[in-house]
Amino acid sequence: MEQNNQVIDNVIIKFAGDSGDGMQLTGTQFTNTAALFGNDLSTFPDFPAEIRAPQGTIPGVSGYQLHFGSVSIFTPGDECDVLVAMNAAALKANIRFLKKGGTIIANSDGFDHKNLRLANYADGANPILDGSLEGFRLVTIDVTKMTRAALAESGLGIKEIDRAKNMFVLGFLYWMYNRDMSATEKFLKEKFGKKPDIYDANLKVLRSGYNFGETSETAATRYTVNPAPMPAGVYRNIMGNQATAMGLIAASQKSGLDMFLGSYPITPATDILHELAKYKNFGVRTYQAEDEIAAICSAIGASFGGKLAVTTSSGPGIALKTEAMGLALMLELPLVIINVQRGGPSTGLPTKTEQSDLFQAIYGRNGEAPIPVIAARSAADCFETVFEACRLALEFMTPVIFLSDGYIANGSEPWRFPKADQLKEIEVNFTTENNNDGKYLPYKRDEKLSRPWAIPGTKGLEHRIGGLEKQHETGNISYDPENHEFMVKMRAAKVAKIADFVPNQTFDNGAEKGKLLILGWGSTYGPIKGAVIEARKKGYDVSHAQIRHLFPFPKNLGGIIKNFDQVLIPEMNSGQLLSIIRDKFLVDAIGLNKIKGMPFATGEILNKIEELLK
Amino acid sequence: METIQSPESPKLTSKDLVTDQEVRWCPGCGDYSILKQVQTVVPELDIPRENLVFISGIGCSSRFPYYMETYGMHSIHGRATAIASGLKGARPDLSVWIISGDGDSLSIGGNHFIHLLRRNFNVNLLMFNNEIYGLTKGQYSPTSEEGKVTKSTPMGSVDHPFNPIALALGSEGSFIARSMDRDPVHLKDMLRRANAHIGTSFVEIYQNCNVFNDGTFEIFTEKSNKKESTIYVENGKPLVFGQNADKGIKLDGFTPVIVNLTEGHSANDLWIHDEKDLVKAGILSRFFERPAEGSGHLPRPFGVFYENNRSCYEVGLNQQVEEAIAKKGKGNLDALLSGRETWEIK
Ligand SMILES: Cc1ncc(C[n+]2csc(CCOP(=O)(O)OP(=O)(O)O)c2C)c(N)n1
Ligand code: SF4
Ligand SMILES: [Mg+2]
Repeated sequence: MEQNNQVIDNVIIKFAGDSGDGMQLTGTQFTNTAALFGNDLSTFPDFPAEIRAPQGTIPGVSGYQLHFGSVSIFTPGDECDVLVAMNAAALKANIRFLKKGGTIIANSDGFDHKNLRLANYADGANPILDGSLEGFRLVTIDVTKMTRAALAESGLGIKEIDRAKNMFVLGFLYWMYNRDMSATEKFLKEKFGKKPDIYDANLKVLRSGYNFGETSETAATRYTVNPAPMPAGVYRNIMGNQATAMGLIAASQKSGLDMFLGSYPITPATDILHELAKYKNFGVRTYQAEDEIAAICSAIGASFGGKLAVTTSSGPGIALKTEAMGLALMLELPLVIINVQRGGPSTGLPTKTEQSDLFQAIYGRNGEAPIPVIAARSAADCFETVFEACRLALEFMTPVIFLSDGYIANGSEPWRFPKADQLKEIEVNFTTENNNDGKYLPYKRDEKLSRPWAIPGTKGLEHRIGGLEKQHETGNISYDPENHEFMVKMRAAKVAKIADFVPNQTFDNGAEKGKLLILGWGSTYGPIKGAVIEARKKGYDVSHAQIRHLFPFPKNLGGIIKNFDQVLIPEMNSGQLLSIIRDKFLVDAIGLNKIKGMPFATGEILNKIEELLK
Repeated sequence: METIQSPESPKLTSKDLVTDQEVRWCPGCGDYSILKQVQTVVPELDIPRENLVFISGIGCSSRFPYYMETYGMHSIHGRATAIASGLKGARPDLSVWIISGDGDSLSIGGNHFIHLLRRNFNVNLLMFNNEIYGLTKGQYSPTSEEGKVTKSTPMGSVDHPFNPIALALGSEGSFIARSMDRDPVHLKDMLRRANAHIGTSFVEIYQNCNVFNDGTFEIFTEKSNKKESTIYVENGKPLVFGQNADKGIKLDGFTPVIVNLTEGHSANDLWIHDEKDLVKAGILSRFFERPAEGSGHLPRPFGVFYENNRSCYEVGLNQQVEEAIAKKGKGNLDALLSGRETWEIK
């Protein structure tokens, strides 16, 4: 039939189904295809906490949101334009995130009696039949039936056939958005090449989905989303945890030190361990320890031995590492501590995102224990930020905390990746000569207040270090009161001095002086950026700065803040940066807080801007 | 741990291992003897001083590294084993010695202790067992006997103690030995054996805390009863003990029985110690009755209970790196960064 083709500048699709329905794969395939085509995009997977929550129920729903466009995209989007619902539970869980007038693509087979009951629909109610979805565009397809029909001759069992259902949906969406399917065809070849019958089946169903769009009358509209104007260069798609792993490897290469990762699995940080375990040929040694304490301690041992030492975890694991973080700080050994934050406290919300560990990072240790803290603002930014964390650790002989969170760890975006030779070298000089006429002084400081790194195996520089308070320069145990006060201040001064070696705070958008500054940190970057662009279009005087170096702050931050009438700090916590900024700069900053395990919607920030500037 | 030879470096002496730090243990503490034996044995091992690393946790015993003129780390309570694991994994070339107490290894560090033995890093673990928390001034420890009266257990401890040797065996330890501070000759011998073994060498050292637990091991150390209450096991030799070497131990099925060698039993009937025999090592580890429990009990064994050779974690860890490089070539950062799918925007 005759179809119209509409050009639009951005779309948000949410793929939702049972955790067994393959929605993550469907989402990532569509994402890769969109990326290769040149759209800007941002994604956000949303998995259930349980690996196999009961089938058909709301806790078992797995989602993947993709926002892509011919314009710049900063977030996975607030409400979606299209909701793919593979079953009743997927619809029920996600309908509130669908825009008024949005499209629902529903798999009618997932709305049978049993599925409706499991999704807690009232007896006799069936949203795809009873008109309750009025106000949305409903496209109902019996995906199961079509998939089975397509594979009737395949000789495969019903279970295997049904597993290909997601390909039908993917094919249909490719048709709807005028996409070339070759990247997915190539992917299927690589994934199932060794099982020709499964490969054939998936390919066939993918194409039937596409052809179904072509021939059926269900969806009368096709959409074109042109490539986005992005800075020239070569791009790839990247997820935050992947970027973190790569940043670490890059730092290892650029410092000339092999990397040692001590880690214990925990959501959402585990993928960094998985990722790094693949790259042994880069000299990476990954060590899955018996717990988080052993993980960080093994890394401290490796650091003592002269490696680039890293430990990765999330909130509960970081809590366990606390004592050893204090040790690393006393030893003044380089160590990168990665916290991919999740909802807390305690076990909290493992699969949901939050920024609630900032206080923990900055203050959460016994004694006065300053450790530099830096945070990544987006999936791709994890690369540069963790590279910076390694640089600080190695150049200043200190543990450094790198904060990411579940949102950017699993989210993805296009990345204009650097060339290896564009990355700065990280300078590491092991000490091999005695720095004293008498005995070697392990705590003699240089102009950065950093101490020398003499590793075991270096003749003549044998020395002992430990967690007890130590005498200035010699490192011998000291209980002298004057010395203790001196050393506490020295360790603080050393970390404070890092501010002399980090870039000044810059603005992401807006003037350097004005009515309202939005100050963000970490993964609130995308939503704030989007909101500020919108607000400025509407004529509001608002600027945006996103802080990477949270401790110590860039030296000019205080000055920047004082140039604005109002400062707004959106955070996915109850106001942690807010309280630090108020404390440090004595400004009456305002918080915008969301603690729902979900990132901010651009609209939420925009509303607040309008409220403040009305 | 094996010996790391370095022919060109001049021979170390005990003096070269003494630091400028004043040793701060209580006068009469068993730790002094252990330090002395270590400082005596290490120079014999032909390990360049710069390749020696002593890592300890927290406790009286854990002050040890400050008194050894080698590389060293006095870390945090219970974690020396974990730190040493990372160091050995990263630097297999080093000779790594862990110094720990009974509380440090078996209480707060129990988890790392069992996993170290299981992974079999090629390191030496010297556990100074004084059956008490020394540094915190005398609370019962996980090796203190039931009923032990201490400051934290004024009515006696209701806690059942660990049997460290049995625990080490259960943790898949590949070298398990016991010695004591009061027997320098034996202790030195065990240190040499520990160093020679490739894999985690666990040596439990009975150490007298003369301030908070004085005389706990007296029955094994004092001349008057030592011969009756201890047995020194040696590979290939029968289990003989007693004032006049007049008693032996025989296995009746799986049950050890004491026989009198003067009454018709000959040494040929006795249990011959075999360090490779895991089952027998298990039985031997259970010679663990408290000395107070009357005569006729089995003597406490000293020596190497068990030794076997199996692969060390750090070897596998580093082999995989080499294999990966051999197979895929040294990592290329540009290829890693670009990944498999890229697109260009002009
Ligand atoms: C995390 C932590 N908990 C508790 C302590 C206090 N503490 C120090 S040493 C010790 C026990 C020492 O006993 P042991 O390991 O047997 O060593 P010993 O002093 O007997 O040689 C305790 C409880 C500490 N330093 N750190
Ligand atoms: S308290 Fe006991 S173990 Fe500690 S130094 Fe004194 S005697 Fe030795
Ligand atoms: Mg003790």
